[in-house]
Amino acid sequence: MLKEYQTISEIAGPLMLVEKVDGAKYGHIVEIELRDGSKRNGQILQVENDKALVQVFEGTSGIDVKETTARFLGKPLEFGLSPDILGRVFSGLGIPKDDGPQIIPDKKLNINGNPINPFARDYPNEFIQTGISTIDGLNPIVRGQKLPIFSGAGLPHDNITAQIARQSTILAEGEDFAVVFAAMGITFEAAQFFIDDLTESGAIERAVMFLNLANDPAIERIATPRFALTAAEYLAFELDMHVLVILNDMTNYCEALREISAARKEVPGRRGYPGYLYTDLATVYERAGRIKGKTGSITMLPVLTMPEDDKTHPVPDLTGYITEGQIILSRSLHRKGIAPPVDCLPSLSRLKDKGIGEGKTREDHADLYNQLYAAYARGKEVQELATIMGEAALSNEDKKYMKFADDFEARYVSQDYFENRTIETTLDLGWELLSMFENIELKRIDPELLEKYMPKFRKKQAEKTSKSKEETDRETEKTQEAAVKTTEQSQSKNADEGDK
Amino acid sequence: MSQAREGRIVKVAGPVVTAEGMTGSRMYDVVRVGELNLIGEIVELHNDLASIQVYEETGGMGPGEKVVDTQAPLSVELGPGLIENIYDGIQRPLSLFYDREGAFMSRGTAIPGLDREKKWHFKPSVKNGTKVSEGDIIGQVKETTLVTQKIMVPQEMSGTIQDIKEGEFKVQDTVALLVDENGTENKLSLLQRCPVRKSRRSSRRLAPNTILATGQRVIDTFFPIAKGGTACVPGPFGTGKTVVQHQLAKWVNADIVVYVGCGERGNEMTDVLTEFPELKDPHSGEPLMKRSVLIANTSNMPVAAREASVYTGITIAEYFRDMGYTVAVMADSTSRWAEAMREISTRLEEMPAEEGYPAYLAARIAAFYERAGLVECLGQPKRQGGLSVIGAVSPPGGDLSDSVVQATLHVVKVFWSLKAELAYQRHFPAIDWLTSYSFYKQYLKKAFDDPEKGEDMNKLTAEAMSLLEQESELREIVRLVGAEALSPKDRLALEVSRSIREDFLHQNAFHKVDTYTSLEKQYEMLKTVLCFREHAINAINAGVGTDEIFKLPVREDIARARYTPEEDIDKIRSIREKIAEQIKNLQTTPVS
Ligand SMILES: Nc1ncnc2c1ncn2[C@@H]1O[C@H](COP(=O)(O)OP(=O)(O)OP(=O)(O)O)[C@@H](O)[C@H]1O
Ligand SMILES: [Mg+2]
Repeated sequence: MLKEYQTISEIAGPLMLVEKVDGAKYGHIVEIELRDGSKRNGQILQVENDKALVQVFEGTSGIDVKETTARFLGKPLEFGLSPDILGRVFSGLGIPKDDGPQIIPDKKLNINGNPINPFARDYPNEFIQTGISTIDGLNPIVRGQKLPIFSGAGLPHDNITAQIARQSTILAEGEDFAVVFAAMGITFEAAQFFIDDLTESGAIERAVMFLNLANDPAIERIATPRFALTAAEYLAFELDMHVLVILNDMTNYCEALREISAARKEVPGRRGYPGYLYTDLATVYERAGRIKGKTGSITMLPVLTMPEDDKTHPVPDLTGYITEGQIILSRSLHRKGIAPPVDCLPSLSRLKDKGIGEGKTREDHADLYNQLYAAYARGKEVQELATIMGEAALSNEDKKYMKFADDFEARYVSQDYFENRTIETTLDLGWELLSMFENIELKRIDPELLEKYMPKFRKKQAEKTSKSKEETDRETEKTQEAAVKTTEQSQSKNADEGDK
Repeated sequence: MSQAREGRIVKVAGPVVTAEGMTGSRMYDVVRVGELNLIGEIVELHNDLASIQVYEETGGMGPGEKVVDTQAPLSVELGPGLIENIYDGIQRPLSLFYDREGAFMSRGTAIPGLDREKKWHFKPSVKNGTKVSEGDIIGQVKETTLVTQKIMVPQEMSGTIQDIKEGEFKVQDTVALLVDENGTENKLSLLQRCPVRKSRRSSRRLAPNTILATGQRVIDTFFPIAKGGTACVPGPFGTGKTVVQHQLAKWVNADIVVYVGCGERGNEMTDVLTEFPELKDPHSGEPLMKRSVLIANTSNMPVAAREASVYTGITIAEYFRDMGYTVAVMADSTSRWAEAMREISTRLEEMPAEEGYPAYLAARIAAFYERAGLVECLGQPKRQGGLSVIGAVSPPGGDLSDSVVQATLHVVKVFWSLKAELAYQRHFPAIDWLTSYSFYKQYLKKAFDDPEKGEDMNKLTAEAMSLLEQESELREIVRLVGAEALSPKDRLALEVSRSIREDFLHQNAFHKVDTYTSLEKQYEMLKTVLCFREHAINAINAGVGTDEIFKLPVREDIARARYTPEEDIDKIRSIREKIAEQIKNLQTTPVS
C-alpha cells in the first residue's frame, strides 16, 4: 500500500507534480517528507498515467525536487471520531492542538462525506429561539437550517454568532447539544473571543474546535470545514445531538480555492474564482439538515465577509444561492449605533414558514412579520425620500411611516448583547410598534388576529402618547438629524473603517 | 451485438475520466467505470481515447482500472410506476436507494427506474390482427387516481398485434406480440426505453393557442403561459424563483407535472415530497402527488448527473405528452445545468466562450426549450399533447446580461423577471410588472366560458397595466417635486395602482386561500379594484376630496377580497355595490 517516491518534477504555487508513480488514486492523501525531516500533507487533485498532481496543504515553500519524499498513503483524507472529541481543539487538518490525549477513534470517516439522499431528509421545522428579535421575529431559524451571516470588515458578526451560540443552546430536557466551530483564516483574537464566550457559558465542554487562524497555512482551509462537518455528522446522526456548526470565515475558504484553481491554470470564473465554486460550496453547506428517523440535527451558521460590502460578490452571491436565507449586517445601521445591525429587508429565512405559528411560536407570527416588513419597507422608502427632499415635502402619512421605521430600528432591531428576549416578548414588541397604525392600514394581518391582539396594545399606545407628545416630537427631530448625518458620511465614503 | 468493449483508465480529473482502448465506442454510450462500477457517459472521442463524464463521485479512482462500454445511449425507462416517484438525475429511484443504502448516497448502486415486481392491470384497446405502428395506443393502465397511462407502440416499431391480453402484469411481462413484415415476433411489454438526449417524435407541431392557468394572479392576468409554451423566471437569490415553480407545480391545470430540482437544495425537494401528498388538486380534489414525477439531483450530488437530470425529466414529460396529455415541466435551476456543462467542458479542456461556458451553451439551451410545444401526437387514435417548460435562471449577482439568461431569452416566449427590491419589500411574487412579458396574452380572453367576460378581462388588464406604467412616471415626479404637486386625478391613479399592487398582484403562497386564485376570481377581483377607480373619478369630478375617498371603509373589503374562498366569489361582486353606494353618499352628504 505505502509507496514512496522521490520523483517530484515540478512545484508551482501550492501544487507539486510527482512522476513515475504507480497506483495513485484521485483524492487520496500524500505524506510529504522534507529534507529536514519535517512532514506535510497533500492530496491528489488529478492523476494521468503515472503522474500525480498533488496539492500541499501547508504550502510548498521549502520543498525541493530532489530530496523530498512523497508517500502515497492509499486512502482519502479521514478524521478519527469518538465521543471524546467534545471539548477538544484541533488544527484545520484535524490534528489535536490542545494538551489533551490522542483521540482513540471508534471509526474513521472520509472528510468529504456522502451527499444526503434528498428522500432521506426530514424537513426542518423546529423553531430555535435565539433571543434576538430580528432573527426570531422576522427571520426565524429552524433546526437543520443553514443560515449564513453576510458581514463586512469591521462589523460585529463575532458578537452575533457568539450571542446565538450562547442563547440558542438552551434545550428541552433530555436533549443534547454540541457546538462545532471551524475557524478559517480569522484572527487569534476573533477565535479567542468566541472561545471565551463559550467558556463563560460553560458550553465549551460541548464544543469541538477546528482552528486555522490567519497565520496558518491557507490551503489547509479547504479541508477545515470538511473536518468540522464530519465531526458534526457524527455527533448529530450517530450520537443524536443537536449540533450548531459555525464556519468562520467562508470568504477565506473561497480564497484558498481560488489559489488552487489559479495554480492549476483553470479558466477563471467571476473575479478569478473557479467555475465550480457553486458546486464546491454546496458540498459544504448541504451537509446541514435533519434525517428521517434520527433525533439529531445539524444547524449551520456560516459567516462571511463581503468584500467592499458587495452582496453580488461571488462568495456571498453563490452562498445565498445555496443556503436557506441569509442574515445581512448593515454598515449604516452600525454607524447609527444600532446593534446588532441586522439589515432586515434583504435578510431572509426561507424555512421560517413551517417552523412558526400555533403550537410552535404563536398563531399571529406569520401575519405579524409580513406586516412589520411591509411597514418597515415603506418607512425606509420614506426615510430615503426625506433625505433627498427634506421632511417638509412628506405627507402626514409618510411621516408616520418614517416614525415607525425609526422606532422599529431603535426598539426592535436594537438590543443588548446579553438580552435574551423570549419569542413572546419579540412578538408583543411587534404589535406595540404597529399599534400606531389604523386597522385599515394593517392589510397583511388577518382581521380576527387584529381583533384579538391589537386592543391591548392600542391602550398602551394611547396612554403613552397622552403622556408627552412634545418629547417624542423632539426625539424624532433628533433621529432625523442623525439620519441626515449618516448619509453624508456614507456619501463621503470613508473607506478605512476602524475595527469594531 | 458485438462483445462488451473494455478499456483502461488513464486519467482522472474530477468528474471526467479518460480511458484508452476504446476504439469502436460511440459518442454518448453509457459505460461502467472502474472497480466501483460507476455509471458514466462518453462525451468525447479521440482515436482510442474516450473522455467520460461520470455520474458519481470519482474519489479513489485511478489509472489502470477498467472501463466497460454498455453500448447503449443514456436512456430512461418509461411505463407504469413513474408517477409519484422521485428520481436522481439518471433515474435511480431515491426511495429505493434509501431503503437499500440508508440516508447517504453510496456509490456504484444501480437500481432500475421502474419497479420490477409491482403488477398493473392492463386493458387492451386494440384487437389481435390490428396493424399498428409507432405511437399507436394498444391499451391502458390506470396508474393513479389521476393518471391513466396509455400504452403505446415503442419508437421505430410497427407490425400486427398478436396475443394481446387483459390482466395483471409486471412491467417486463409480455402483454402482446408485434409481428413485423418479415414475420419476426417482437414482445411488447409495459416498459420501454428511450434515449434522453433526443426528443421523441411527434406527427407535427402546432402553435400554442390556450393558456395554462396557474392560479397565480400576476401570471395569469398579466403574463400568462400557454399549453405547450415556454417561460423563464430569472432572478437573484431569494427572490422567489423556487416558490413560483412550486406554486406552478401545485396549481397549474396540467394533467402531469414533472418537477426537476437541478442542482438546488435538498430541503426544497423534501418540501415537495412532504407537501404534495397532502395538497389537493383544485380541479380533481385528488392529492397532487398523484400526477407528479420528481427528479432531484441536488447541488451536492454529482455534477454530471445534474447535467443529465433535465434531459431525464423532459423525456419522461414527452412520454406523457405523447399519450395526449398536457404536461408541465419545471426546471429549477437551468443555470445549475449550464454550470454542470461548463464544469465538464473545462475538464475536457474545451475552448471556452463567454464566462467560461462552452461555445455550444446557447445551442443546448435552445434545443432543450424546443422540446416544449403543442403537438399532434404520433399514431392512432388522433390526439393532441402539450408540453410546457418553465425554467428558473439564477444569474450571478442577478445580472440579466448573464449568458444563460440571454440564451434563454432568445428562445422562451414568457419572461417573468424577479426583482430584488420587490422581494425585500416582501412583495411576492416579486415579478416586475414593468419589464416582464408574455407572447401568449391574447389567449387569456378565450379562457373564459363567457366570451363577454373574456373581452372585459382584456380591457381590465389593459387598464390596470397602463395605470401601473403611469404610476412609475408619477412616482418619479413625486421624487422630484413632492406629492403636493399632484392633481387629484394623479393622486387617484397612484392610489389605485397601489391597490392593484397590494390587493391584486401581491399573493401570499403560504396563505391557504390566497395561494390559488381561479380565473373567475381573478376577474372579479380586478374588476372590483378598477370599479373603485371609476366611481372615484366621478366623485372627483363632482368635487369630492381624495382624502375622503381614500378613507372609505369599502377599501378594506377590496383589500381582503383575496381571502374570499372560491365558493364565495359572489361576495366580491357585492363589494362593487358597496363601492357605488359609499361613493354616492360622499357626493350627496356635504363635505364636513
Ligand atoms: N409568493 C410568495 N409568497 C410568500 N412568500 C414568498 C413568495 N415567493 C417567495 N417568497 C419568500 O421568498 C423566499 C425565497 O424564495 P425562493 O426560495 O423561491 O427564492 P429563489 O429565487 O428560488 O432563490 P434561490 O435562487 O436562492 O433558490 C421564500 O422562502 C419565501 O419566504
Ligand atoms: Mg430557488
